Amino acid sequence: MSAPAANPLPLLERLPVALRDACTNWLPESWRWLANSLLSIVAVFVVFATLFALLTLAERKILGRVQNRPGPNRAPLPFLGLRTYGLAQPLADGIKMLTKEDIVPRGADRVLHFLAPVALLAFSIMTFAVIPYGRTLLPVELDAAVLYFFAAGAATELAIFMAGWASRNKYSLLAAMRALAQLISYELPLLLSVVAVVLEAGSLSTSVIVEKQGAWLFGILPQWHVFTPWGFAGFLIFFVAALAESNRSPFDLPEAESELIAGHLTEYSGFKYALFFMAEYFGMCALSGMGVTLFLGGWQAPFPALGFIPSYCWFAAKLLALLFVFMWIRATFPRLRIDQLTRLAWKFLVPLALVNLFTAAFWVLSAGWAGPLAFARWVVAGALVIGPFLALGRRLSAGLGPRSYRYA
Amino acid sequence: MLGSGLLQGLAVTAKNLAGSFHDPTRYVTTEYPEQRTKLPENYRNFPFLVHDDPADPAGTLRCVACQICEKECPPQCIYIVMERDEKGKALKRPKVFDIDVSVCMSCQICVEVCPFDAIKMDQEYEIATRDRFGGLLLHREDLSKSNEYYHQIHPTEAAGVDAALAEQKAKQAAAKAAKAAPAAPKPAAATRSTTAATPAPSPAAVTSPAPAATPPAAAPVPPANPPPTA
Amino acid sequence: MSLAFLLIAFLTVATAAVAMALRNLIRSALLLVASWAGIAAFYLWAGAEFVAFAQVLVYVGAISMVVLFAVLLTRPSRDEAEVTPASAGRLLPALITGGAVLGVLVGAIVGSPLRTTAKPPPPVTVREIGLQLMGPHAAALVVVGALLTVALLGAVVIAATSRPADPGEPR
Repeated sequence: MSAPAANPLPLLERLPVALRDACTNWLPESWRWLANSLLSIVAVFVVFATLFALLTLAERKILGRVQNRPGPNRAPLPFLGLRTYGLAQPLADGIKMLTKEDIVPRGADRVLHFLAPVALLAFSIMTFAVIPYGRTLLPVELDAAVLYFFAAGAATELAIFMAGWASRNKYSLLAAMRALAQLISYELPLLLSVVAVVLEAGSLSTSVIVEKQGAWLFGILPQWHVFTPWGFAGFLIFFVAALAESNRSPFDLPEAESELIAGHLTEYSGFKYALFFMAEYFGMCALSGMGVTLFLGGWQAPFPALGFIPSYCWFAAKLLALLFVFMWIRATFPRLRIDQLTRLAWKFLVPLALVNLFTAAFWVLSAGWAGPLAFARWVVAGALVIGPFLALGRRLSAGLGPRSYRYA
Repeated sequence: MLGSGLLQGLAVTAKNLAGSFHDPTRYVTTEYPEQRTKLPENYRNFPFLVHDDPADPAGTLRCVACQICEKECPPQCIYIVMERDEKGKALKRPKVFDIDVSVCMSCQICVEVCPFDAIKMDQEYEIATRDRFGGLLLHREDLSKSNEYYHQIHPTEAAGVDAALAEQKAKQAAAKAAKAAPAAPKPAAATRSTTAATPAPSPAAVTSPAPAATPPAAAPVPPANPPPTA
Repeated sequence: MSLAFLLIAFLTVATAAVAMALRNLIRSALLLVASWAGIAAFYLWAGAEFVAFAQVLVYVGAISMVVLFAVLLTRPSRDEAEVTPASAGRLLPALITGGAVLGVLVGAIVGSPLRTTAKPPPPVTVREIGLQLMGPHAAALVVVGALLTVALLGAVVIAATSRPADPGEPR
């Protein structure tokens, strides 16, 4: 458990739950759980919808700054005329999306065409249910929470396939095929890297996984999973697979603008398009949140002395940092080709994740080693991580040296 | 090692991201309606007419309505009608001088052929209008701009033009004086034509050697505001 | 026998039935996915969380992809393929086979003892499932795991063996 386990919790720590209880206390006992659940759903949805709006702006700003330009900075606040660095841009975008014409192609499968964005958004929102946002903030306490998360997440690609197929457009269908290939390829390293965490924590419950990371090494260093050899490798594998699972650059092949004219989004306009956009960001947030929970210590503070800051603030800070990395990567890397994508998954990430599973097992077995043996534990685990990485990396990049251009 | 290239790429973008906040060379955007870049001197788009006295723009136009530019204009976007008095005698100034800038192709041929330095290229680029027929057909009043404005937008070129005009004026005065006194020699003509070819820093410098050979009637005139030639 | 159970059962059976009746293979496949989700909902209703999520993860997430992939790759390019009606000669074998399967299933269901007054099931946590699998059923689990890993490695090997790279070919 975390060090400052003060009892009762400080005010700021229990403020969200106290607020919820204050809202529902007047209800009879039998109705209270329903009201509490509804309030949780509304709170999660409102928070992440706002985050989505701000993220679209932040992403464009960051991309702009990386490309040496200011990004959107002109949309004025309504009735005030203040520009405020483009803060009203999401509002303007929302109004634009809502007022645009909703076009369905004549040959499209109307039911599936409508159902696809709805299903995608529904599955994306479902994944938020099991992420512990704070010490006391876990919408649904599930025994198999991790399994639930990935079960709900796996269904999103199905919705992308529905969108691609229902559009009756060859680009959309190609995108759907790519999406399926990508999902099958990257589901495996994603889950294998998570299995290592489950092995270490001995539980599928997210709250238990977070609490297990609450100890301090020498009373100062956090014992998050990412600070172990297998956890570090696992986090990188998880992150790369998460990039692919959320269709983010450089794995955004299903919606490649330059080759597939936005893929499964080609035949969508108006608010359905906005729903797709929202679902993409929700998926990104959910996977980042899961990454924070599994590897980055969840809502735990990085140092014992900083424990006075409420746990949900730490979770938010870690989540935003991870989202920033998502955008940073989008601003940096070009898109992979489909064969490069599958090769990276099957010939690099999957073997690495399997080896990482063995490393995690070794780490669990050697938990009791002390003194010089503890040092040996680090060395062995480090070698188990770095050796396969170097070997597989050499194999993957064989023959891919710096290019010389004959006619350039 | 695999991944080192990725890290290098991330470092480059991170440098750009951080640099755009403090390094002006990494943040090159000019936010146009509020900020403007200074146009280069040789930038030019559409022609305008030069007049010499801002108090009387219509009366001091250099244009004599000779219609050379109208004939030379490749897309034929210039339309000129000469002003005539009630007896039908040409007054050597335009009554109508229209340029359709929706047709104009900015070739500058009208400027090249004008023997009176009356038409020059402008730098005004914000000429968008809601009326695509009337708004883009510029009349004499819209086209007429002062010599000072010309100096403002093309300083080097305008100084040269002024020098040439002043020299021409001096030559004419000299010719007039020579006609008055037929015996007077004209040795300064050659030297003047060479100096006029290059833009001079000041018209006075060009005309200063002239008084040695010319009679006092050809005293240099102020370049910015010479009397109308017609 | 609650309302929720009836609803889940109806949806599962209805989607499965419509999936069989439809001519459009993609729609059938998607309805099949809905049917699998219905089965997962039934597991959830019965309190078997772990099985329900595993069902969704494996069937809705993965098997559906394989089915859709197969359908997309084998389907003729025309949308509504004309299927000639089965001849009457095939009717007899079909009826016999179907009847035999029905008989076996009905016999099995009727033959198995169904207690109407079930005692409340023990609260099964994921931890207990894990301990059960790792304890008494460890051998079976290891065999299944080895089988799946071999299959996975086989897939990797098949994917990895390629012709020697042509130096002129862009990679």
